[in-house]
Amino acid sequence: MALILDHVTYEYGGGTELMVRALNDVSLTIPDGQFIGLIGHTGSGKSTLVQHLNGLLAPTSGHIYYNGEDIHDKDFSKKKLRSKVGLVFQYPEHQLFETDVFTDVCFGPKNLGLDRKETELRAFEALKQVGLPDDCFYQPPFDLSGGQKRRAAIAGVLAMKPEVLVLDEPTAGLDPGGRDEILDLVASIRRERGITVILVSHSMDDVAEYVDRILVMNRGSICYDGEPKQVFAHKAELEDMGLSVPQVTEIMYMLREAGWPVDTAATTVEEAKREICRFFPDLQR
Amino acid sequence: MNIIETQDLVFDYIRRDEEGNVEGITTAVDHVDMEVAPGDFIAILGHNGSGKSTLAKHFNAILMPTEGTVWVDGMDTEEEKNLWDVRQRAGMVFQNPDNQIIGQVVEEDVGFGPENMGVPTKEIWERVEESLRAVGMYEYRKFAPNKLSGGQKQRVSIAGVLAMHPKCIVLDEPTAMLDPGGRKEVIRAVRALNDVEKVTVILITHYMEEIIHADKVFVMDRGKIAMQGTPGEIFSKVEKLKDLRLDVPKATLLAYELQKSGLPLPAGILSGKELVKELSMRKERARNAGFIKI
Repeated sequence: MALILDHVTYEYGGGTELMVRALNDVSLTIPDGQFIGLIGHTGSGKSTLVQHLNGLLAPTSGHIYYNGEDIHDKDFSKKKLRSKVGLVFQYPEHQLFETDVFTDVCFGPKNLGLDRKETELRAFEALKQVGLPDDCFYQPPFDLSGGQKRRAAIAGVLAMKPEVLVLDEPTAGLDPGGRDEILDLVASIRRERGITVILVSHSMDDVAEYVDRILVMNRGSICYDGEPKQVFAHKAELEDMGLSVPQVTEIMYMLREAGWPVDTAATTVEEAKREICRFFPDLQR
Repeated sequence: MNIIETQDLVFDYIRRDEEGNVEGITTAVDHVDMEVAPGDFIAILGHNGSGKSTLAKHFNAILMPTEGTVWVDGMDTEEEKNLWDVRQRAGMVFQNPDNQIIGQVVEEDVGFGPENMGVPTKEIWERVEESLRAVGMYEYRKFAPNKLSGGQKQRVSIAGVLAMHPKCIVLDEPTAMLDPGGRKEVIRAVRALNDVEKVTVILITHYMEEIIHADKVFVMDRGKIAMQGTPGEIFSKVEKLKDLRLDVPKATLLAYELQKSGLPLPAGILSGKELVKELSMRKERARNAGFIKI
């Protein structure tokens, strides 16, 4: 049940002087259940790529297959695709619009043609899963705090029971506590539902800590695709692209420069600690 | 004289129903006393809803105190005759660059502030040039702002404030929407303003590693100042910051974890550089004592 992109190219303003190739021959397989981090500088094509995954944009050339079917085939139901590939935008304000949170979360399943009972059941379940307190259910979504709004927006997508959940910078502007809560929530949803999660992020530290696989975009192409450690081994190249490595990896490189024979692959505090403790055998671990 | 001073500052958000009756009052800033000396680099931390943006909006008279007083460069912000002077002394940069750039061309956008202040044309152009140079955007002066990256747009916004020759610049999460490269550019520009141009900086952020060079850090919680001190003092309280929904730079966290394992490191390590220096010293000592062979 995978998503496959086959030589996908997308051009804005085709046929004019201002033509921009936002995606350049992207081929990609996204198998079930993976936790993927998508990184790239502003304007590298991340959002354009993400909007292809549920058919919001159609490729200028190339094909996208969902479970073996071309999503731009005449017989293919885009509506169904959009319930299976759920998108949570960066600004919850952009996708919350109803008068109260519960109605807002009901909107998706209702549109799928489910009856009222099933719709409300799903909405309730989704709101419970994202951990919104009960007294928020009937508040206007705009009265919620930043973190709560994001939870409500995620619930609205979860209520459609997606198989792929795409989150576009879900933690921008949140305090560190809120950031950890949202990322922990996403990780637990993925575990419980066994779904694929694609996390678009500008935070290398977050990506390093949570995902199994990183895709790096630069000028419309995927330039690295691999486990966090493999990708973050390209420190100089990432910095040239306006990206960076996790803070901890940076410290490991500095140790290396100071003459420590350390492995620079550590991306989390825990790994760095283990690596540094190797040099002090008398320490308790 | 302090560039910014608040005394017993209180600000209430009052919610009203359709008839205008008071439905509820939220106290966003709760009896805050704060002093900022000229030339300082000040950081304000706090979780979402802790009141830091509300506080910052008092520094250039976007909001007026419900109770208490705010002085900017000695001027009471509540006196109407001071309004323009206050706004010229303390400029503000917001989170989203697209909300504050209005010009069609970079240099026009930067000239908007001084033009509004009635600065003579020749001087406007001088100010535009010097401000754009200060943030490293002079080569882009003829560009349309929509052709710039996020970090570049934020630097143009900062130049726009600089062109008004403020004594103080307040930045409210200027890097929240930027990629790592853009974040570095903006922080570098802000630090240069403080070091070279001696402009007082008040930086609000959720990125702990951006403020390790600050002179002083204020941490807000529920409208009050919960902690204040140097970055070293603040970040040595790892657990307390966690309770306030904040964290510490990764270098500090790593040092803290190593301490817990029994490595005797000093408190208040803020950057990778300091950590590497301390660790190298420990290693040297251990080698001299014959514990390890590398």
